[in-house]
Amino acid sequence: MHIDWMNFTPWTALAGGALIGLAAACLLLFNGRIAGISGIVGGLLRPRATDIGWRLAFVAGLLIAPSVYRLFAALPRIRIEASWPVLVVAGLLVGLGTRYGSGCTSGHGVCGVSRLSPRSLAATLSFMAAGFATVALLRHVV
Amino acid sequence: MTILFALFSGLIFGLGLIVAGMANPEKVLAFLDLGGRWDPSLALVMVGAIACASGAFYHARARRLSLLGATMQLPTATRIDRRLLGGSLLFGIGWGLAGICPGPALVLLGAALPKGLIFVCAMLTGMLLFEGLERLTRRP
Repeated sequence: MHIDWMNFTPWTALAGGALIGLAAACLLLFNGRIAGISGIVGGLLRPRATDIGWRLAFVAGLLIAPSVYRLFAALPRIRIEASWPVLVVAGLLVGLGTRYGSGCTSGHGVCGVSRLSPRSLAATLSFMAAGFATVALLRHVV
Repeated sequence: MTILFALFSGLIFGLGLIVAGMANPEKVLAFLDLGGRWDPSLALVMVGAIACASGAFYHARARRLSLLGATMQLPTATRIDRRLLGGSLLFGIGWGLAGICPGPALVLLGAALPKGLIFVCAMLTGMLLFEGLERLTRRP
């Protein structure tokens, strides 16, 4: 395994992670809810959507984050390599998969693992394994 | 009040994603690429997030109401079944294809990137597809 030390950013990764954890802690302690993005968004799409207010507010917070960041500094590098057709397929799989699997990187990966849920740990291992396998296949086999 | 706190935590969450580098799909894919030049940074995002959140989750277990008086709604499901694992596998494949998961997708949309918009539209379609399929299977 070759570690890419040039692009390894331990401190910003830890600091950003800490902010994510803080946000999850805040939503849990004040609102009593899990900060799982797919669950929060998915709840808005139910036939009879309930408690829409806080869900929309949370999504709005995520949406304005880049603009708020820009008030203090230029946005860091963002590069989306995937082509439009790949993005469509990927988006469909992410939407469908996170709803069937009841969670994504935030709900299972951060919140679920934080509360030591075996179910979330299993889900996290599954999507990580699938992510590693997909990239390996696309970059080193095909 | 709960709306204000939800807005605030969504904002902090989004800022965290940007600071961490998770809003950059290129970096996410570099983390998922174990066989290439591997960038381990995102493992530390998980470490930082779990370190900060686990105390709150430990404290929350004993509470019935949140600090604002809302009911604590922690997941009660414990079964590890085909739905959970199959869904997570599908999600992982999509994540590996583009390097985007739901949180960063919304941040990319917020940054007014056309590719972010495409991804979010597809993701919402996938979620609606789930709702449709659920209704079909529930009413035979």
